[in-house]
Amino acid sequence: MSEPVEDAPQELRHAEEVMGTVFSFDVRGGEPGAVRTALEEAVTRLHRVDEVFSTYREDSQISRLVRGEITVEECDPEVAEVLELGAEAERVSDGWFSTRYEGRLDPTGIVKGWAAEHAAQRLAAAGASGVSVNGGGDVQLLGVPGPHRPWRVGVSDPLRPGTLAAVISAAGADELAVATSGTAERGAHIVDPRTGRSAVTDLVAVTVVGPRLTWVDAWATAAFAMGSRAGLDWLESLPDVEALLITAGDEVRCTGGLARRLG
Amino acid sequence: MHALKKNRPLRRVTLAAAATVTGFVLLLSLKPHTPPAPAEASSSVGRSSTAAPGDSSGNTPESDSGGSAGTSGGSKSTGSKTVTGDTVQTRWGPVQVRITLKDGRITESAAVVYPSDNPRDQEINSYAIPQLRRETLAAQSARIDSVSGATYTSDGYRQSLQSALDSAGL
Repeated sequence: MSEPVEDAPQELRHAEEVMGTVFSFDVRGGEPGAVRTALEEAVTRLHRVDEVFSTYREDSQISRLVRGEITVEECDPEVAEVLELGAEAERVSDGWFSTRYEGRLDPTGIVKGWAAEHAAQRLAAAGASGVSVNGGGDVQLLGVPGPHRPWRVGVSDPLRPGTLAAVISAAGADELAVATSGTAERGAHIVDPRTGRSAVTDLVAVTVVGPRLTWVDAWATAAFAMGSRAGLDWLESLPDVEALLITAGDEVRCTGGLARRLG
Repeated sequence: MHALKKNRPLRRVTLAAAATVTGFVLLLSLKPHTPPAPAEASSSVGRSSTAAPGDSSGNTPESDSGGSAGTSGGSKSTGSKTVTGDTVQTRWGPVQVRITLKDGRITESAAVVYPSDNPRDQEINSYAIPQLRRETLAAQSARIDSVSGATYTSDGYRQSLQSALDSAGL
């Protein structure tokens, strides 16, 4: 035991039910008062995002926008921001990611990842030395949880109840996000934008790793709909992105650089 | 070893093969360190869902050996205690988690309340809840901070688990 003992940074944890799921926060370090205030602001912000973007709420700005009652300019500025992010995701994925559902505007697919990423950034900006925000199984990591230890995220194995398919380590990365799309728990929920029906795919899960949750969340959704062959090729072509794909036939495939991220 | 050999050998393994091997190795290496009595327990958790698990005071749903696992309140086994988390509302119904700790480590975790209103719920829970339970145990040994790829019910599970951990002072 000759190693010097370093104080572990203060830990602040919180779970918030919002946007039809639960957001879990794990925040390390920083000045406690400032970090707690930032957490409260981040949580308030998530509820505000839900109010503005929910397609389940008749009176949300998105619902009103869809009905043509208001214009994008009359919405909160975040609406234009999110729609632009969605449009870019659609371009990059050649239409496999879409912010339209049954012909109507529905940015739900990009809002959650974007909101979690922003919540994490808010906490880091307030001085936290490590931030983990898990929004319904999609995780944004910033900084480190403690001295000499990176954030580590387990990836559920959809075909082996009780085991993890992989552990992703954020070692060496100041920001890393891990998003998984799949059919594991609630059946098919990913729509093929070309047919409007549930995506026909040989995959049961796609996990995408990259710096920002907004994008990896969208890429996981798109790749899942593409299927293993096209999905893997496409993910391999994206810069700063690694991925793990699990097929219904229990084949595990990953991008060439994923091994660097396995912990 | 070749201490002076600074160049890394160029690896020319086909991507597909490397990927498959990596995945396989991971699956092997990530088997959780199984604590006492996990395997059989997990298979019976889902089934218990029809039997109103919240009412069976003392026993966790998977205590198949009857009685002996009912350590909840009054067990005198050293340093062992049971903590029940908050009931967390999810879109599909309430989820509540109970954990057993020994010497500050989780030795058991179980969902004592979870959605079971319809066959689909029961089907999901029959594998999701045991999976999450074992992930909790695996997470300790794998030292992971979070899990990607689980939604809704599992979030409720995590949230309730977290409140149990908070109550236990972990």
